[in-house]
Amino acid sequence: MRTELRVRATQALGRDRVRANIRRAMDGLILKRRAAFPDVEELERLRDQGEAIRDHALANLPELLEALEGRCAANGIQVHWARDAAEANAIILTIIQGHGGKAVIKGKSMVSEEIGLNDCLSAHGIEPIETDLGELIIQLAQEHPSHIVAPAVHKDRREIAALFSRHYPDEPYTEEIERLTALARRVMRERFKGTRIGLSGVNFAVAETGTLCLVENEGNGRLSTTAPDVHIAITGIEKVIARLEHLAPLLTLLTRSATGQPITTYVNMISGPRKPDERDGPREVHLVLLDNGRSGIHADPQLRATLRCIRCAACMNHCPVYVRIGGHGYGTVYPGPIGSILEPQLQGLERQGELAQASTLCGACSAVCPVRIPIPQLLNRLRFEHAEAQRGKGTGIRIEGFIWRAWATAHAHPALYRRVTWIIRRMRGLVGLSIRPWNRTRTAPRIAPRSLHALVREEGLAND
Amino acid sequence: MTDARRRILQGLRVHAAAKGRAPAIPVRRFEWSQEEAVDRLEQMMQAVRTEVHRVDDAWPQRLAEELTRASARRLYYGAKGPLTGELTAGWPDSAPELVAWEGSIETTRDRLFDEADASFTSARAGIAETGSLVLWPTPAEPRLLSLVPPIHCVLLERRQIVSTLHALMVEERWAAQMPTNALLISGPSKSADIEQTLAYGVHGPERLILLIR
Repeated sequence: MRTELRVRATQALGRDRVRANIRRAMDGLILKRRAAFPDVEELERLRDQGEAIRDHALANLPELLEALEGRCAANGIQVHWARDAAEANAIILTIIQGHGGKAVIKGKSMVSEEIGLNDCLSAHGIEPIETDLGELIIQLAQEHPSHIVAPAVHKDRREIAALFSRHYPDEPYTEEIERLTALARRVMRERFKGTRIGLSGVNFAVAETGTLCLVENEGNGRLSTTAPDVHIAITGIEKVIARLEHLAPLLTLLTRSATGQPITTYVNMISGPRKPDERDGPREVHLVLLDNGRSGIHADPQLRATLRCIRCAACMNHCPVYVRIGGHGYGTVYPGPIGSILEPQLQGLERQGELAQASTLCGACSAVCPVRIPIPQLLNRLRFEHAEAQRGKGTGIRIEGFIWRAWATAHAHPALYRRVTWIIRRMRGLVGLSIRPWNRTRTAPRIAPRSLHALVREEGLAND
Repeated sequence: MTDARRRILQGLRVHAAAKGRAPAIPVRRFEWSQEEAVDRLEQMMQAVRTEVHRVDDAWPQRLAEELTRASARRLYYGAKGPLTGELTAGWPDSAPELVAWEGSIETTRDRLFDEADASFTSARAGIAETGSLVLWPTPAEPRLLSLVPPIHCVLLERRQIVSTLHALMVEERWAAQMPTNALLISGPSKSADIEQTLAYGVHGPERLILLIR
């Protein structure tokens, strides 16, 4: 089958330079995460807490959202609700136009990618300015993030140097990372100083206090939310947590799982706009709560676990599929294992159901997930639903269905099973020919002349 | 938009779930002596390139020396900050110029972005576990003071150092009194967005100088 996903994945596998960049980065992130959790027992305790906190938040989601809205309103934050991307974009556009804004400085936000905010703003003559270094690189290259934490992970310093010299011809050419970073600081400085509207995502929204918690290392998130007159924060409705205290274990889990840092350089907790006696900070703070398919996921008790996600990206860092095809191989906003369960649910199985196949079900993702999302189980569930939906549509699924039914019948009838395996053993010389794509890069597996059953019987092992 | 609100909340109530109380998370803390806590904070902050100095009451003199070495010309501070009296009284004549931030950001913005080489603030607490400074910006010490100038200097008292964020939040009852902005700062600004290689000094301060008294 030549589906879009397969075409994209095949292309991605052919990009050696990108693959090398991603492999190097993922190997580093895996080691950093491991070093950040030296005590396995403590890690498991933290994961218990993370799972319990997120589960509780989801079980009480409507109540917590109302509480969050109430607290935010009391603190002076204006809360908006958006059912889908179009509504969210419209809300944000109205706020910006209401202030006559011509540009917006943006802290990193995957939800803004999800709703296609930059395209919407540009179409209305408003310049979106990505300020996170990785996001800036992506914006200059006119690409989309290939990783939810490190958006430009697929690019190396030489590509970035070339990109910067094309866009900032007056700055001296350099391939040194320190100097490339310094260049980004120089070009962004005036934008931070002169732009009156800022936009950011949210890592956690605390219902109890009406607090928006943001983590970052560069300071661009703080600048985007502090220097302008207006701060617009956008988040999925699932990001709410009940209590301020819950931030403590979640922050520990998030930063260590993501980059192996005990904490990010900045943890920014915003609970309201500037008060009359304060000297700086935005005069208006807006919070946009986005559904965009999340309430549908919430309605299913098993699939709901998808919404526990705190967007640390540990699942993609550890994924054998992600490391080979990279984020762009998936063709969705959220790549990797979390994307493979989230996107088919957000966009529908009809459009993205095949993504559930983009996994070996090795389980590395769920083994590292800080909130214990059972990703392989959810992938299986989505595969099943996708196959059911495809049944009778005359696609390639039919022969697959036949093979599995035959397999199931053979395994349910011992006499048949013995006969079938006897025949396969007789024909073992032919097997190497029949699985050509597999053998192209591997030695053909050989079927043993004698079955495991027979060997075990000979060894005299009991049936237990 | 109230329609969106109603529809979203309605959608979330389709299946009533088992509710239950918010999970009680045991407060994480370490039984460190004050000396151990100070050492831990120093070591964690140095690991992310914070310049840590242990100081006595002559700290303004010490800070002035550091800033002179950095060729800083102007140090911004909050006019009514809790340490302002000490800072100005102990500031040597030959040192970088002291500039008090008094007005609103609207009248200070240009100077803060263009002229301030360094800033000075107090801190509310220090967290030993992660090597973090806790700042609650106030009218006396606004938010951008710790963010815009390239060098941020902080004085922290040894007794202000606690073991974990969780313990601090609970003991000080943060949930009942959150300020408009609460911050944890753990080092100068940094990025690893290019080849996962750490580079310091991105959009926030390039240097963080911590004085522990």
